[in-house]
Amino acid sequence: MKRAKALPVAVPGLVVAAALIVGCEREQRRFDPPTPPPAAGDTVRQELNAYDVSQGKRLYRWYNCSGCHAGGGGGIGPPLIDARWRYGGDTPQIVQSILHGRPDGMPAFAGRIPDEQAWKIAAYVRSMSGQLRTDVAANRGDALSSGPPESRRSREDIALDPTRPASASIAASAASGAQR
Amino acid sequence: MIGNTSGGWQDALLAHGPQAAQVLDLWRVTLAVCSVVFALVLLALLLALWRAPRGTHETAPLIAPDDRIPLRRVGGAIAASALLLLGLLGGSVATDRALAQLVLRDALHVELTGRQWWWSIHYDDPDPSRGFDTANELHLPLGRPVILTLRSGDVIHSVWIPSLAGKKDLIPGRTTTLTLRADRAGLYRGQCAEFCGAQHAWMGLPVSVDEPARFEAWADAQRAAAKPPADELARRGQRLMLNGACAMCHAIRGTDANARQGPDLTHLAARGTLAAGTLPNDAAHLAAWVSNPAAHKPGVNMPSATFSPDELQAVVAYLRGLQ
Repeated sequence: MKRAKALPVAVPGLVVAAALIVGCEREQRRFDPPTPPPAAGDTVRQELNAYDVSQGKRLYRWYNCSGCHAGGGGGIGPPLIDARWRYGGDTPQIVQSILHGRPDGMPAFAGRIPDEQAWKIAAYVRSMSGQLRTDVAANRGDALSSGPPESRRSREDIALDPTRPASASIAASAASGAQR
Repeated sequence: MIGNTSGGWQDALLAHGPQAAQVLDLWRVTLAVCSVVFALVLLALLLALWRAPRGTHETAPLIAPDDRIPLRRVGGAIAASALLLLGLLGGSVATDRALAQLVLRDALHVELTGRQWWWSIHYDDPDPSRGFDTANELHLPLGRPVILTLRSGDVIHSVWIPSLAGKKDLIPGRTTTLTLRADRAGLYRGQCAEFCGAQHAWMGLPVSVDEPARFEAWADAQRAAAKPPADELARRGQRLMLNGACAMCHAIRGTDANARQGPDLTHLAARGTLAAGTLPNDAAHLAAWVSNPAAHKPGVNMPSATFSPDELQAVVAYLRGLQ
């Protein structure tokens, strides 16, 4: 008798609590003063937060990344939705590409955008090929899009571009990091 | 100054244009009808209490079972309610018609785009080279009709200048228009009236209504490109802005900064407020805003600048010179 009475309260209560806990992790918003950008090798933190990734998606459009990379399919610049990465597809390597540029056209944004924005853009770029958790990647965009939303993309197996020796790519990435 | 909040500058009960006056009339009629109805309901309640059977200290009141429904009274109340509601509906339709009949000859065309959390403003002109961009402060000529073309850059916003017009939504992917005329010169305040995110409450729109000659003088000043920096300090500030992160989002006409993601800064120093009516526009607040915008508007899309103190001073000197 007692149990039957408690159930109608406990079950919805647990459901609400679970929803709140999940919501906290997904949507916690870190406003300024800005947290220092993650140290190299910290690939996790910036990717766990849906707000950061959605900010990255907005910045990708604001800073006209789409001018060369289009919606991720590439154009003047290489595509970002596939598994091929000339300079590495990990977050720190993408941040390096954004901040310090790459040969043949990728401009350097260091000093032009705050470092923490580069990390957000990099997290969004990784979501384009399905590297992020689905509850973190963006569900929808403000602009028309031909592909499925980032949260519903299958995970591409990121590997270094087979046309380049792996050691050369990593060396190039490390060298530009050293110039910093 | 626009920072002055006295004198009912954001007050729906002080109409200073035909559109706001129409809305105010409808509001008064509605208030009167609802007040009368409220008073009648209270009176009926008091009457029922007064006429209810009473008991004594020892006996409960004697309530005789009464199965008759007072058809006439209930029917009369329903009919009166329906008539009054129909009357209000008619008043609402008549107000809408009157709002649509504002004479728009020789109207000024202004495009107003809502963004999180500021207003982008473009003044149209039949001669395209005379159109110009500004932000966060609307200037209107006295007595001349205005057609505001409303757009949104991100989420749904709503513009409401209570003393001049009713509110109207700004909807992504859709264009809406709001027509108004201001019949009294002065300063007013508009406000975003549709919850649009963390800083919705700080999305204000100061509105300055001026005599036509004064308005034209203001518009001519706005059309001009930005003043070149006056001294070495301001020149340094300009270099810092054009070579740093500022130019990624802001436009300063006459320089290489042409981005459209943030407010146009060409004549920033001529505006009365910073950050969409949030802060007074003076050197101290400008420095505080540039060095940490999120301290004043948490969640704002403008990142904190990483200038050293003397760099910040140079940037502020340059911005203060953008008259």
